[in-house]
Amino acid sequence: MYRSFADIRTALSHGSITVASLVQQYLGVVAQRNGELNAFLETYNEEALQQAYQIDQKIAAGRAGRLAGMVIGLKDVICYQNHRLQAASRILNGFHSQFSATVVERLLAEDAIILGRQNCDEFAMGSSSENSAFGAVRNAADINRVPGGSSGGSAVAVQAHMCTASLGTDTGGSVRQPASFCGLVGVKPTYGRLSRHGLLAYASSFDCIGTLTHTVEDAALLLEVMAGADNFDSTASTQPVTPYSKQVQEQPKCGKVAYIRETIESEGVSSEVKEHILQAVEILQSEGFTVEAVDFPLLEYILPTYYILTTAEASTNLARYDGVRYGYRSPRATDLESLYKLTRSEAFGKEVQRRILLGTFVLSASYYDAYFTKAQRVRRLIMDKTKAILADYDFILSPTSPTTAFRVGELSDNPLQMYLADIFSVQANVAGIPAISIPCGNDTEGMSIGLQIMGNFFEEAKMLAFARFLMEKCAN
Amino acid sequence: MEITPESLEKIAHLARLQVAPQDREKLLESLNKTIAWVDKLSEVDTTGIEPLTHMTHEVNRLRKDKIEQTLTHEQALSQAPDHDADYFRVPKVID
Repeated sequence: MYRSFADIRTALSHGSITVASLVQQYLGVVAQRNGELNAFLETYNEEALQQAYQIDQKIAAGRAGRLAGMVIGLKDVICYQNHRLQAASRILNGFHSQFSATVVERLLAEDAIILGRQNCDEFAMGSSSENSAFGAVRNAADINRVPGGSSGGSAVAVQAHMCTASLGTDTGGSVRQPASFCGLVGVKPTYGRLSRHGLLAYASSFDCIGTLTHTVEDAALLLEVMAGADNFDSTASTQPVTPYSKQVQEQPKCGKVAYIRETIESEGVSSEVKEHILQAVEILQSEGFTVEAVDFPLLEYILPTYYILTTAEASTNLARYDGVRYGYRSPRATDLESLYKLTRSEAFGKEVQRRILLGTFVLSASYYDAYFTKAQRVRRLIMDKTKAILADYDFILSPTSPTTAFRVGELSDNPLQMYLADIFSVQANVAGIPAISIPCGNDTEGMSIGLQIMGNFFEEAKMLAFARFLMEKCAN
Repeated sequence: MEITPESLEKIAHLARLQVAPQDREKLLESLNKTIAWVDKLSEVDTTGIEPLTHMTHEVNRLRKDKIEQTLTHEQALSQAPDHDADYFRVPKVID
């Protein structure tokens, strides 16, 4: 099986495979393993093969796009025209996308193949990919463990070699934390670097589309293809996109790296995770980097800020699912109000309803200032303090998550404990900066440990080059 | 701050959700635990700090206000659970 797109390109150029045979290989793995892993909700077998034959002809004719031979899965929250989409929720039963997300259009334009849609936590709300109307996703390294979430299906599909790469979404760590649990590279770009057009919204001021791959190089190439301004999303940045796929190869300058003291020293961080992060710190020091601990007294306020703001945004974003225009409608409705209430209560899962209720509460007139506005003020403080660190340091290092993958069912009845899995990843979303998780070893039970690197606004190129460098050093 | 059974009913109505009687107690407990946890933010001094309301770095991205058909009438109705030739249909609203 091919780990990286570069390996695929080499094999294609030697003629040892065709794009069609590659798609068949991936579909073979899906047929073999998806039953137990539950990563893909659906694959587009015939269609993907047809596309593959056409791309093989384009390669032969010398006019193939840059992603010819890249086979991609989409988290079930990203639109692909004339294909089903339902955010792993019953409320979108039967729904078909009527257009493709901008990022999907750009991938297809470079001859990527979309293999199917992937299981996740319902509406991307969760950290374990257990909150799905289609059942839990399993970690391919140990099927009794969760793959992380919410982009768990997207991570496992890449981990188990069912596709070359996946697109997930990262609202508080939903790409990076599953990348960490599955031994992959997960990138959350700067807020606005990728268009959100065609992404089912969860919390619009946090949501970012991100990549799950085996290598940093593949992430760089995908980001380069997908990034840039978009007439359909006025929040998508007009800042020029640089050639990340070349820049990722550059040798990083030996700059200054910070780690937030509590993210390594706190008791909640498992000792093996701690050990591996400190090893990476030592590697950097021996390579000539200055690595220093910094304090971030606001750390404990990041998750509460995140939950107030994201549930508020979710409660408004999910108001559109009302059973009127598409998706599920309760057959028991007798009037318009019961149509709304029964449809939503019957078809949204428990965690989604919990978050909608919380969001409605923090936005209700009597509590708006005490919770919602307060959290927006704290968000500014968190962003400013994060910026201040990045004014003195090139990157901020931390574990991606305090532990390795936990067991299926272990935290399902304890939402607050589950939220802590995202304690180090949410900072990047609260502040809007880019971040990446790279694998940096396994614990004694063979589960992978992720190291997170946060960079400054729109400094994806610098962050990717540093991540590639550090990942190579950690592997040696 | 605590959510009472009465305020839960009110919030659920605002969110157009219906809480099943057998779920009420567990849900209240879990919501109140979460609220007690986010109440932590009251410890942070935010005097003089403006709320952060927008994350985008883009300012006033303007475009021409021109009419485009991105979806036909037929397409828009095609996925409705119930519709007629022109409209989405819902149960009778006015007696």
